[in-house]
Amino acid sequence: MISQFFVLSQRGDNIVFRDYRGDVQKGSAEIFFRKVKFWKEDGETEAPPVFNVDGVNYFHVKVVGLLFVATTRANVSPSLVLELLQRIARVTKDYLGILNEDSIRKNFVLVYELLDEVIDFGYVQTTSTEVLKSCVFNEPIMIDAAHMPPLGPAALFMQGNKRMPGTAVTKSVVANEPGGRRREEIFVDIIEKISLTFSSSGYILTSEIDGTIQMKSYLTGNPEIRLALNDDLNIGRGGRSVYDYGGSSGSGAVILDDCNFHESVHLDSFDVDRTLALVPPDGEFPVMNYRMTQEFKPPFRINTLIEEAGSLKAEVMLKVRAEFPQNITANTVVVQMPVPKYTSRVSFELESGAVGQVTDFKEPNKKIEWTLKKIVGGSEHTLRAKLTFAHESHGIITKEAGPVSMTFTIPMYNCSRLQVKYLQIAKKSKTYNPYRWVRYVTQANSYVARI
Amino acid sequence: MAPPAQSHRSPSPSQPSGKGEVSDLKMQLRQLAGSRAPGTDDSKRDLFKKVISYMTIGIDVSSVFSEMVMCSATSDIILKKMCYLYVGNYAKYNPDLALLTINFLQRDCKDEDPMIRGLALRSLGSLRVPNLVEYLVGPLGSGLKDGNSYVRMVAAVGVLKLYHISVSTCIDADFPALLKHLMLNDPDAQVVANCLSALLEIWGLEASSSEEAARERETLISKPIIYYLLNRIKEFSEWAQCTVLELVSKYAPPDSNEIFDIMNLLEDRLQHANGAVVLATIKLFLQLTLSMTDVHQQVYERIKAPLLTLVSSGSPEQSYAVLSHLHLLVMRAPMWFASDYKHLYCQYNEPFYVKKMKLEMLTAVANESNTYEIVTELCEYAANVDIPIARESIRAVGKIALEQYDVNAIVDRLLQFLEMEKDYVTAETLVLVKDLLRKYPQWSHDCIAVIGNISSNNVQEPKAKAALIWMLGEYAQDMQDAPYALEGLIDDWDDETSPEVRLHLLTAVMKCFFRRPPETQKALGSALAAGLSDMHQDVHDRALFYYRLLQHNVSVANSVVNPTKQAVSVFADTQSSEIKDRIFDEFNSLSVLYQKPCYMFTDKEHQGPFAFSEELGNMSIGVDDQRVEANDEDHLLSTTRNEDSLPQQTQGSLLVSFDQTEPAHAQQTNSVIDDIFGLGLSSSPAPAPAPLLKLNAKAVLDPTTFQQKWRQLPVSTSQEVSISPQGVAAMTSAQALVRHMQLDSIHCIASGGQAPNFKLFFFAQKENEPSNFLVECIINLSTSKAQIKIKVDDETASQAFSALFQSALSTFGMT
Repeated sequence: MISQFFVLSQRGDNIVFRDYRGDVQKGSAEIFFRKVKFWKEDGETEAPPVFNVDGVNYFHVKVVGLLFVATTRANVSPSLVLELLQRIARVTKDYLGILNEDSIRKNFVLVYELLDEVIDFGYVQTTSTEVLKSCVFNEPIMIDAAHMPPLGPAALFMQGNKRMPGTAVTKSVVANEPGGRRREEIFVDIIEKISLTFSSSGYILTSEIDGTIQMKSYLTGNPEIRLALNDDLNIGRGGRSVYDYGGSSGSGAVILDDCNFHESVHLDSFDVDRTLALVPPDGEFPVMNYRMTQEFKPPFRINTLIEEAGSLKAEVMLKVRAEFPQNITANTVVVQMPVPKYTSRVSFELESGAVGQVTDFKEPNKKIEWTLKKIVGGSEHTLRAKLTFAHESHGIITKEAGPVSMTFTIPMYNCSRLQVKYLQIAKKSKTYNPYRWVRYVTQANSYVARI
Repeated sequence: MAPPAQSHRSPSPSQPSGKGEVSDLKMQLRQLAGSRAPGTDDSKRDLFKKVISYMTIGIDVSSVFSEMVMCSATSDIILKKMCYLYVGNYAKYNPDLALLTINFLQRDCKDEDPMIRGLALRSLGSLRVPNLVEYLVGPLGSGLKDGNSYVRMVAAVGVLKLYHISVSTCIDADFPALLKHLMLNDPDAQVVANCLSALLEIWGLEASSSEEAARERETLISKPIIYYLLNRIKEFSEWAQCTVLELVSKYAPPDSNEIFDIMNLLEDRLQHANGAVVLATIKLFLQLTLSMTDVHQQVYERIKAPLLTLVSSGSPEQSYAVLSHLHLLVMRAPMWFASDYKHLYCQYNEPFYVKKMKLEMLTAVANESNTYEIVTELCEYAANVDIPIARESIRAVGKIALEQYDVNAIVDRLLQFLEMEKDYVTAETLVLVKDLLRKYPQWSHDCIAVIGNISSNNVQEPKAKAALIWMLGEYAQDMQDAPYALEGLIDDWDDETSPEVRLHLLTAVMKCFFRRPPETQKALGSALAAGLSDMHQDVHDRALFYYRLLQHNVSVANSVVNPTKQAVSVFADTQSSEIKDRIFDEFNSLSVLYQKPCYMFTDKEHQGPFAFSEELGNMSIGVDDQRVEANDEDHLLSTTRNEDSLPQQTQGSLLVSFDQTEPAHAQQTNSVIDDIFGLGLSSSPAPAPAPLLKLNAKAVLDPTTFQQKWRQLPVSTSQEVSISPQGVAAMTSAQALVRHMQLDSIHCIASGGQAPNFKLFFFAQKENEPSNFLVECIINLSTSKAQIKIKVDDETASQAFSALFQSALSTFGMT
């Protein structure tokens, strides 16, 4: 059971504060904020999502730079509370279209109304946007999306949400559009996060794809939807599928290690024809989460060369090769590499004719950073950096630098080859033909090359 | 809701300071109160919004209470909601004004719109004003019978609110029985869920005082109710499912068919996208199969994939919560994850607390087949630019080395760390090499060669320095420079800030002296001189001890500082198995994240309706506490946390060895030691005749075995003894007595209480046979009496032990 819920801005201001049980002192928001801001325990500088101060347990999640916090004195399930906090953020976003400090401040009465229905005396009542519609009466005050700073992929990571960016969709599920009519449409996003580590000799040490099929429906009347995935989709490595296909990993089958589904999904025909049937509730939700460790072709190869040039100098060469088709383009690619602590100066040399590339030496944390606005499939880019050291190095220079890490977003590309073959909407009439958007995107979660 | 004005945050420019604005609002509200002009509701809405926004940022707007109430006569539901929110926030602090709201709330409870009935009932319950409860009973009663499920849902939680305002009103109105009826019959699943939550809380809290409530609580986990809830499981919201699953995990099915039925029914819950549902299901599966080893094993296999998917699919915060549970299971059954170790590799962008957990798991799952890969991976982290992780990784490598048979390769890697010449890497490695040598003395040759090359000037961290000094002393004969290195360190005695290092220095130079006397004599002289004038009590005492020991008999001194050592076989675990089991029982709760059972961080009323409470469990576990303390004092041998030799025990074993080797000196040595520890036995009344019974100074007994034995064995001796006035004075905490008894090789396993009442459980073992003595000792300082109950394995030794125990107790506090 939850005692209090509050939302704090980055500066620690209360944006929303709701007390449900009155058994935690009023100053808890300040206690919490001070603790998080100046966290220092066991040599850690970052507060864990859950901690206890004087018998009060504080849970928090970071969403769009805001802190969503719950407190309780009871020994509750941490997963439940953390999930709930995420869900409150999601429901609020469903209502407000855009979730940020400004939109919450403008709509705080609506948010209070939601909070009253979501939790009663600390017990969760419902988090379904659908159910809430019937008991929430405030109309959202929309804020202008055009005034928002664009969210780059780097910003997406800041939000701590692994399954972004359905963010092109910033419509509220309840507000009407200016014309008074709602556009009938449905968005299905296949979002994949790659974690991959190359060894120093270029072999893949570990790789994993964490994917989500995310849906956001603006269809009136909640028609049933059928979502067909690859026929050759298999679930469970080392399970029966391997025997069925006799070691089929080379034959092109997509093998997921495991997956889970949203409550609304019916799996009746899933085993037969790999089709998910569901009546999508309003708002944004994950239809299916999946995890895959089957081998796949990494979208980027990274080569790094470090050579000592005299006792106080070294030269670094970074080469990035895009291994996806030419009609695909990766966005906002950032390559980072820590250099030896005693590096005092770095001079960069880009390839001739480089466009949209920026280099930087981050002095405080001794990292070089190389940003490329775009990388077209099949292309290769090189950066040379000359390091100057403040004093002679003692050890082996490769032990003092690296590993190279990379972040990127590749729209309309997915490494797992999992596909939505078709998206069928139960027809209400012959003229009923809503817009369907099926989008793919691949992002780096942890993309690392050791040197 | 917003904290009323107490908050003192300095107002930012955008936030008004209060006073003027609030009185403005008051005026405007008053004007609107009676108005029936069109558009009034819109103006009211704007004003109400202002009031609530002030409330949120912490401005006290309680002064407009009566105006708000006057304005609440409206049919606009948004206005009503804002008004309810306001009233709920301020009623508690303005009980008189709250009375004003009763009227319109009661009226709204009879509104024809069910939404308004529900909202009014919710607000009525949220007033939290004790003398208004009489107005709550009626509306609650009709709310529970309302035709609309929304109202019943609100009413069920309302009963719980009433219970917290006034227990007697709630019980007298027989609301729990009504809730139970509703729970078993209502068609709406959320109503059922709310009734269940309310009943669990009410009966859970009542159970300690009312037998009937305790019985009712038990019926909640009876077969009919469990089956009723399970059959409806899919009607419940995902959150209510968690409540039901948690309840079912308390149910013990009578036979295995039933267990399989339940598991088959809930199998698909493991594929739920909500981690809370999955973890609740896992808990249930694990609990159900505890006694069925094979199936339990299968459950472990089954939950692996869902857990990993949850770890990687949610937000970082959710991943952390799930990973903590994975951590618990991996530490419990490392074999289970041995082939999946790659999932535990760290990602560069993970926060420290996640990496740390992963490193611990990697350490645990390392076995003969995967050690090479794991250690290779850990070595990558050790070279990492992230220093805290590098340190943790080195420790992990060391721990694996201590666990594995084939340490050859690992020792090489550790020695390579030393060549990296990074201060913190060297420091961590030295500590590990020392531990390794204690377990595998056979590696000394290889290690010493490398260690000998390390200049003590490059080692600054106390732990590392102490480790290096220990090795210099221990392997003085193999290290050419040992006496001179030590001499150099002793020259810098005054600059050495860490008493731990100085203590080690004393011991090391003593050891070195016996091995290479001519070279060390001078160093020993200056070390003892420096030690004797040291300001730190322990350092001074140890120097004095060595000095007198040398004066007394040089060969005895040698046998004290250089006894034949046995290689340490197992380094003690920091957490007792009893505590680990307890945490496992509390799966899917905060206990797992904090790695502590809930009684350590939660007060009793918040531990949940089925909190596990057993006599031993409610007290601090003595073994554990001591271990922590031991680490602070344990300078003699160890610098690591996982240490199996407690200082007290070490002293105990010294005593024993004197007794054995040179009986003639026993008496004298005793007094020397007594002197050093300030016990001054000689000045106390003649102690009881020396008991014939010899106790094992290093006795071990785990709490579970203790509990079992305590239950099984009959009481052999039970009597009341007096405690001396000095003893009463010394009994500032249970720990004081625990330490004292340990000198007599009587160990504490659990202790609790506060002055004037303490309760302690002790155990002791015979020197050379596994015969146990268990003691319960209840001390009442106000009467200066102790109640002693002794249980023994071997009845013949009972008398002797009882005498020994009492004599030990009688000398307590005699300083």
